[in-house]
Amino acid sequence: MKRRKIDMAAVPGNAARGVDDRFQVATPLRRLLNKVFPDHWSFLLGEIALFSFVILLLTGVFLTFFYEPAMTEVVYNGSYAPLRGTPMSAAYASSLDISFDVRGGLIMRQMHHWSALLFMAAIVVHMLRVFFTGAFRKPRETNWIIGSLLFWVGFLAGFTGYSLPDDGLSGTGLRIASAIILSIPVIGSWVSAAIFGGEFPGTIIISRFFIAHVLLIPGLLVALISVHLGLVFKQKHTQWPGPGRTNENVVGERMFPRYALKQGGFFMVVFGVVALMSGLFQINPIWLFGPYEAWVVSAASQPDWYVMFLDGSTRLMPAWEINIPIGDGYVIPPLFWPTVVLPGILVALSTLYPFLEARHLKDRKSHNLLQRPRDVPARTAVGAMAVSFYVILTLSGANDVIADKFQISLNAMTWAGRVGLLVVPPLAYYVTYRICLGLQQHDREVLAHGVETGIIRRLPDGRFVEVHQPLSASNGHADGHGELEYVGWVVPKKMNRLGALGPAIRGFFYPIEKPAEAPVSPGHPPVEPRPEREEITSGESRR
Amino acid sequence: MTSDNDRRRGLLARLRERPAARSRGRRRLGAAVRLFAALMLAGGAYTVFAPGVQAQDNPPLTGAAAEGKALFDVSCVTCHGRNAQGVEGRGPSLIGVGAASVEFQVGTGRMPMARQEAQAMRKPELFTDEEVRQLGQYIQELGGGPVVPAGDNLHEDGNIAAGGELFRINCSQCHAFGGGGGALSSGKYAPSLAPATDRQIYAAMLSGPQNMPVFGDNQITPEQKADLIAYIQQTLKTDQDPGGFNLGRYGPSTEGLAIFLVGIVALVFASLWIAGKS
Repeated sequence: MKRRKIDMAAVPGNAARGVDDRFQVATPLRRLLNKVFPDHWSFLLGEIALFSFVILLLTGVFLTFFYEPAMTEVVYNGSYAPLRGTPMSAAYASSLDISFDVRGGLIMRQMHHWSALLFMAAIVVHMLRVFFTGAFRKPRETNWIIGSLLFWVGFLAGFTGYSLPDDGLSGTGLRIASAIILSIPVIGSWVSAAIFGGEFPGTIIISRFFIAHVLLIPGLLVALISVHLGLVFKQKHTQWPGPGRTNENVVGERMFPRYALKQGGFFMVVFGVVALMSGLFQINPIWLFGPYEAWVVSAASQPDWYVMFLDGSTRLMPAWEINIPIGDGYVIPPLFWPTVVLPGILVALSTLYPFLEARHLKDRKSHNLLQRPRDVPARTAVGAMAVSFYVILTLSGANDVIADKFQISLNAMTWAGRVGLLVVPPLAYYVTYRICLGLQQHDREVLAHGVETGIIRRLPDGRFVEVHQPLSASNGHADGHGELEYVGWVVPKKMNRLGALGPAIRGFFYPIEKPAEAPVSPGHPPVEPRPEREEITSGESRR
Repeated sequence: MTSDNDRRRGLLARLRERPAARSRGRRRLGAAVRLFAALMLAGGAYTVFAPGVQAQDNPPLTGAAAEGKALFDVSCVTCHGRNAQGVEGRGPSLIGVGAASVEFQVGTGRMPMARQEAQAMRKPELFTDEEVRQLGQYIQELGGGPVVPAGDNLHEDGNIAAGGELFRINCSQCHAFGGGGGALSSGKYAPSLAPATDRQIYAAMLSGPQNMPVFGDNQITPEQKADLIAYIQQTLKTDQDPGGFNLGRYGPSTEGLAIFLVGIVALVFASLWIAGKS
């Protein structure tokens, strides 16, 4: 029998041809694989969120194998001695089992929790990038709205997941959530009764949260993320302005092979960072909180960081209770304003911002080029205002921990938060606005007068001036400078950027290349090397 | 003659004999003398039997208590007064606080206070254990009060699980789930339990120092106290955190800080690196 030779090099090509013959995918796939990604580090922030979502799905599936979403009372008899013999819910007992008795369970739990925190953090950082560079402008408003919705859906996913272990801390959070629901006028008590299946805590809430956390909310997240990414492909990426980049093109790398490989590597990096954090840092030690009992509320009971701003707004809110004398009297508790009205305003403002800005600027054009934050001082300043508002609320959410560890009076912290919430954002607006204008001004100055060379020249009359290197050739102006247009992109500000000096030495901790020789000015001929000199000898050989 | 007769009849007869007539002046004088004598007697008896201001200056102190009083007179008297009765606006009365309170306040260095503030903080102790015992003895003999049982290990056969439940119900509100302490109003705080010994925790429960409520033996029995101390000492302190570095056990606030300072910072550097490789 004759052995058939297989040409290994031709296998992928043949297989691909076979697939294309049957499914006709080459043309659409080529379009997809040729999608161009601009090369700037800030475009990778959203990927961090995407990748941590993948980690969440993987670790979450593992956790469902061992988690029991039931509030039936059991007596713990696992390997964690300080809780043995304690009555608790099956949900809490199975969470303890995951932590102590399931092989690899604790690191999976910690990876799930850390990547949840990372998911939300990356969403926020990505959102800041999109906001401050103006990437949300027409035609990408829809994607901005989907992105903000992703934050709030992620918020819900985080809250439901945080409640599942049914430990003392999450039970306290659940109690607060029920109080928030109860504070809604008219419908509050009905909504609460519907969610908890009667009075708090009831016996059904954990199983309801479980199905929401593992099916409904992840389904919604996957759908939103798919649309988000689909729109990025359809509408293409924004890009920074620069040489060769216009509103009509995208300059960067094709998705395949380079960008895909880079992204694969980046996924590994994200996974590695999450795994490393989960191995090194303990998160949510549920065994210390104990099972949830209504009478157990620990000091330093905080929600996860992305919910902390609501805790902060609650702590800062003065106890203004509104009594409406209808019938037996009707009360709107102060809790209603910081936890229902405020988030409502925040959702509305953040999702509608692209339209508000376009309306304010009467801007109906499509924008594919990004703007540097300094070039739109008003937007940057509004962003700084929003960030400072959020940061003050978040810090106030942890104000008891801060007060205790930095030995500040808790009352002083509360008042600082109240005053700061009103005073700091306008201040941040003003300071940011001025900084933006100052940075712009400096760019324009360099365009007009050139780069500082560091050379000080003494004039005949005794004055000292610094010599500037103009950026354009002389065009006959009296001062020898040409006119350069301000285009909103990086202006070289150092001589080595112009090639007039050796480039800066590359390398983070130590130089990775030899510093190049500085080019020699044509006015000064290079110095000849010293001629070799021979030793004067007697002329006789010593040998 | 009569005088000789009188002398022979003896003293009793002479007393029985009523003098026939005395001058008015002499009668008055006699009444005054008797009144004076009676007053002297009553006053003297009162001074002997009743406790008085004079009596407190020299109480019958035992040796240790006397040593304690000597220390008290040097270090504590400014704020707690000469007889530990307290000084308005400076320090409370120590009558009846008991040796447990002294052991906690002085043994942890909280007393003597460095300055008047919201709450005394733990400092390096100023007195040796022996001196603390002497001070405690003095305060104990002054007015009685709770005393910590003998021995350094007060959690010998404590049940950790029961102690954990008691801890979460009674202690975690202020000292937090990990025993790291927490803030109270206006600069007051519940301190960390990390440096506390068995005896100090016991003394704190008995005496309710600073802003802590008293957990007397009828609220938390001595057995339950042993359970609690066992949970604090064996679980909260000696148990290693299985999940890695515990981030100070401050709950989600430091976890949120960590995800930004470690996670986001590391990944932003990674994205700078990856985007730079083009």
